[in-house]
Amino acid sequence: MTTETPHVDETLDTSGLLCPLPVYKAGMALGNLEPGQVLQLICTDPGSLEDIPAMARQRGDTLVASEERGDTQVFWIEKGKV
Amino acid sequence: MTATPQNGAESAKETTRPKRLALVASKGTLDQAYPPLILATTAASLGWDVGIYFTFYGLDILHQDRFEKLKVASLANPAGPIRVPNLLGAVPGATAAATKVMKNWMKKSRMPELPEFIEMAQGLGVTFFACATTMGVMGVEETDLIEGCDIAGAAAFLDFAADADVQLYV
Repeated sequence: MTTETPHVDETLDTSGLLCPLPVYKAGMALGNLEPGQVLQLICTDPGSLEDIPAMARQRGDTLVASEERGDTQVFWIEKGKV
Repeated sequence: MTATPQNGAESAKETTRPKRLALVASKGTLDQAYPPLILATTAASLGWDVGIYFTFYGLDILHQDRFEKLKVASLANPAGPIRVPNLLGAVPGATAAATKVMKNWMKKSRMPELPEFIEMAQGLGVTFFACATTMGVMGVEETDLIEGCDIAGAAAFLDFAADADVQLYV
């Protein structure tokens, strides 16, 4: 999606985990961040491609960037205001 | 009769309340216990308000002596983990074998076991409604259930479900 890598406050690697674990763990991690901080999330679950944008939308966070690296997806999620 | 000047305030409140998921879990087999818990933990992770109504065989998921021993049916389950002619599903040990295969699948996929899912859901604040009628019919006492369940009848659950954005029966 973008070539510029956003600033990262925390990284979470969910490689090898399937739904619902990437969303569950990302939700926990985002819960510990302040609004405006960015979580870098690494996923290998093929479902994450759609799940993570949906999660950001539902939670009120912003998916600032995403990148596919082979079978791995990397997402940068900025925590929303709520 | 009074005017309704608070209507505006009420609708503002409506738009800021979290979305709500109301699930009915009616099955007591291992494979059927996962979907409601997966949906519940996911929805709660999205910031939704979630409640599951455990009714009939689904109540076994909350039963202290049973929730760790749920099984996969080998009979009348053509999509089950062991694909054998239906008749062989009645052979002694077939249910245990099907259960073992599913548990191995889950372990290999690094999926949490059921007790861990229950803990995850409770940790996220998912409400567990235990069906009061099922308890009466099946002779289940409150002390038989895991901690933190709300014993509720259909009306109490429907009162919760009436404000839900998504309602599903599993």
